[in-house]
Amino acid sequence: MSAPRMPIESGVPDPFPYMHPALKKNFGQWKYHDRPRPGVLHHVAKSGDEVWTVRAGTQRQMDTYTIRKLMDIADQFADGYVRFTIRSNIEFMVTDEKKVQPLIDKLQAEGFPVGGTGNSVSMISHTQGWLHCDIPGTDASGVVKALMDELYEEFIKEEMPNRVRITTSCCQINCGGQGDIAINIQHTKPPKINHDLVANVCERPSVVARCPVAAIRPAMVNGKPSLEVDEKKCICCGACFPPCPPMQINDPEHSKLAIWVGGKNSNARSKPTFHKLVAAGIPNNPPRWPEAAAVVKNILAAYKKDAKEWERMNEWIDRIGWPRFFELTGLPFTKYHIDNWRGGRVNLNASAHIRF
Amino acid sequence: MATKMHKTPMLDQLESGPWPSFVTGLKRLANDEGKPYADMMKDLLGQLETSYTTRKGYWKGGTVGVVGYGGGVIPRFTELHDENKKPLFPKAAEFHTLRIMPPAGMHYDTATIRKMCDVWDKYGSGLVAFHGQSGDIMFQGCTTENVQPAFDEFNEMGFDLGGAGPAVRTGMSCVGAARCEHSCFNEQRAHRTLVNRFLDDMHRPALPYKFKFKVSGCPNDCMNSIQRADMATIGTWRDDMKVDQAEVKNFVNAKGRKYVIDNVITRCPTGALSLNDDDTLAVDNKNCVRCMHCINVMTKALSPGDDKGVTILVGGKRTLKIGDLMGTVIVPFMKLETDEDFEALEELAGNIIDFFAENALEHERTGEMIERIGLVNFLEGIGLEIDPNMITNPRMNPYVRTDGWDEEAKKWFERKAG
Repeated sequence: MSAPRMPIESGVPDPFPYMHPALKKNFGQWKYHDRPRPGVLHHVAKSGDEVWTVRAGTQRQMDTYTIRKLMDIADQFADGYVRFTIRSNIEFMVTDEKKVQPLIDKLQAEGFPVGGTGNSVSMISHTQGWLHCDIPGTDASGVVKALMDELYEEFIKEEMPNRVRITTSCCQINCGGQGDIAINIQHTKPPKINHDLVANVCERPSVVARCPVAAIRPAMVNGKPSLEVDEKKCICCGACFPPCPPMQINDPEHSKLAIWVGGKNSNARSKPTFHKLVAAGIPNNPPRWPEAAAVVKNILAAYKKDAKEWERMNEWIDRIGWPRFFELTGLPFTKYHIDNWRGGRVNLNASAHIRF
Repeated sequence: MATKMHKTPMLDQLESGPWPSFVTGLKRLANDEGKPYADMMKDLLGQLETSYTTRKGYWKGGTVGVVGYGGGVIPRFTELHDENKKPLFPKAAEFHTLRIMPPAGMHYDTATIRKMCDVWDKYGSGLVAFHGQSGDIMFQGCTTENVQPAFDEFNEMGFDLGGAGPAVRTGMSCVGAARCEHSCFNEQRAHRTLVNRFLDDMHRPALPYKFKFKVSGCPNDCMNSIQRADMATIGTWRDDMKVDQAEVKNFVNAKGRKYVIDNVITRCPTGALSLNDDDTLAVDNKNCVRCMHCINVMTKALSPGDDKGVTILVGGKRTLKIGDLMGTVIVPFMKLETDEDFEALEELAGNIIDFFAENALEHERTGEMIERIGLVNFLEGIGLEIDPNMITNPRMNPYVRTDGWDEEAKKWFERKAG
């Protein structure tokens, strides 16, 4: 028997062989940039070289036909180079301004929206969902497709007060990330335990250790070693499900969508922030999740109308205050909005600062 | 029996609308008669439609890998079975993902991507995500049997598996110096230095939990390293930011004084900017916190200074188990220009990972470990000095022993004098 092939542990590839020649030539030597129109960035190097980047949205989960079509476009217009953004947009770099409009026309003709730059709602970063995840409460690609259809005009235009970054996650582990608006599943019922399987499938001490509120205890059920959940303590976070799938947390009816706002990772102006809960109990309603889309569009409309130039969503809310946010969006304020988790008291209003 | 196309009334509804549809792509692959993946994609659509109908997911994990590595493949087996425990959608019963690390900065030439498509048409499903949330190219949908030959071909092309499980994970870096005037260092080199130094910890998972490096060239942090990386490397500078006063005047002239006052001057978080009577800009650089706002607005007039480097933060993560944690500053500034500088970065990362490996509990992230043991213990463990830039404010509660105060104060003055 021949020895198996051992991997070449090459690690992260050097980007230079894959980089557009104009970027390679001017590496570290850029002077400034502007945005001639939505979806286009124009960078000028100290050498005087200019590069126009045309950014297009993709469906992220792409078939090889779609990918090859994008590569044909890159060969025809962009010297055979592309790059991808963190939000699964594709970027084509051209050094001849005359090629910009034909490239945009071609992308649009092939069904790829050009936009996602500046003060737009860019592509929603998301998780795997029902397509590939082992613990999803909802889909991700489908939610994103449905929402981006609704937000299409906001992707191809730059009409928001500042950039808007939306994320979706199919559970509270939140692989989709933080955003100005985050749409995540919120489980609302404790796990349903299949006691016949726990002993065979789950390492019980590590499941007990995983619970953030110590609601899980070892127990004998029907003469077999299993686990039990103190349902009064349980916060329905789902942390027990990955290491112990017989503790089913996903529920077709009771796992609801929740919407969070005001997350921002940039240091620009204010410090980075995490997003905060504003709406919950939204039905997980495939294939188009209309109830979630309505809440998102409502929040975006209020932000677009009321925020000042350059204010990100969190900065707008900081200025107007949360009571006004709930007033402008018409969203109900409930006891569930009041933080009672570790250190939550820091989020209470310890002042007489009140707007009437 | 040939696999038939399943009815997908729910998914069909995702084919309309202006945004590109992944369902249309899946169907094209499923209808691609004669191609090795067609039946797999028919059954994938069947399983996905079932999820849409019942609102439940039907994948479970397992163990599938390639020779020599302990991670990097995400195994997925169907949980949809008939009464005889036979898969309801047998051709998609195994649907694994290969995580492949992209070139730093996600640059590609078309020939490379076409070759990747050829490999994936031959061994996989024809379905690829550019990119997953951890930064990998996700080659989604592979049988157990085909995982090894698919990986071998990617590997021969110069690509390597990324991380999964309790391991160093695939890193991410912004476009950086390749196309951004804000870039404060060579982001791609930092990214490759950090990840490639710890390939053993990536390919053979043995850490308490995941460990992520992310690299952003400036405080705009386009890679979201502060919220999503255990070790975030963010570009900055420590001398004065650069001001082209002629361009400031042009900007004021074009946009008007009110716009500049409302959107540049008063938006400075530390009040470090002032518009002079002659429409030039006065900058109190001592008070500038390098937030990037004014530079973002006036891209022609303002830019980072010349004495560039990075700020390093540790412990960012989301949610499980104790809630959200932002990265915390542990190195306010370090140069990142020479080979020695990059070696120092690598050494620092090694110290952090070693300390994490030895001191974190199972399934505990770096940020959670720091919360449990305190930042000072962590800093002492990795050999870094404390700095007031590491805090928002000094402690508020009085429950602390301060009998080493004089000695600590002496250290501070000695360090300041040195």
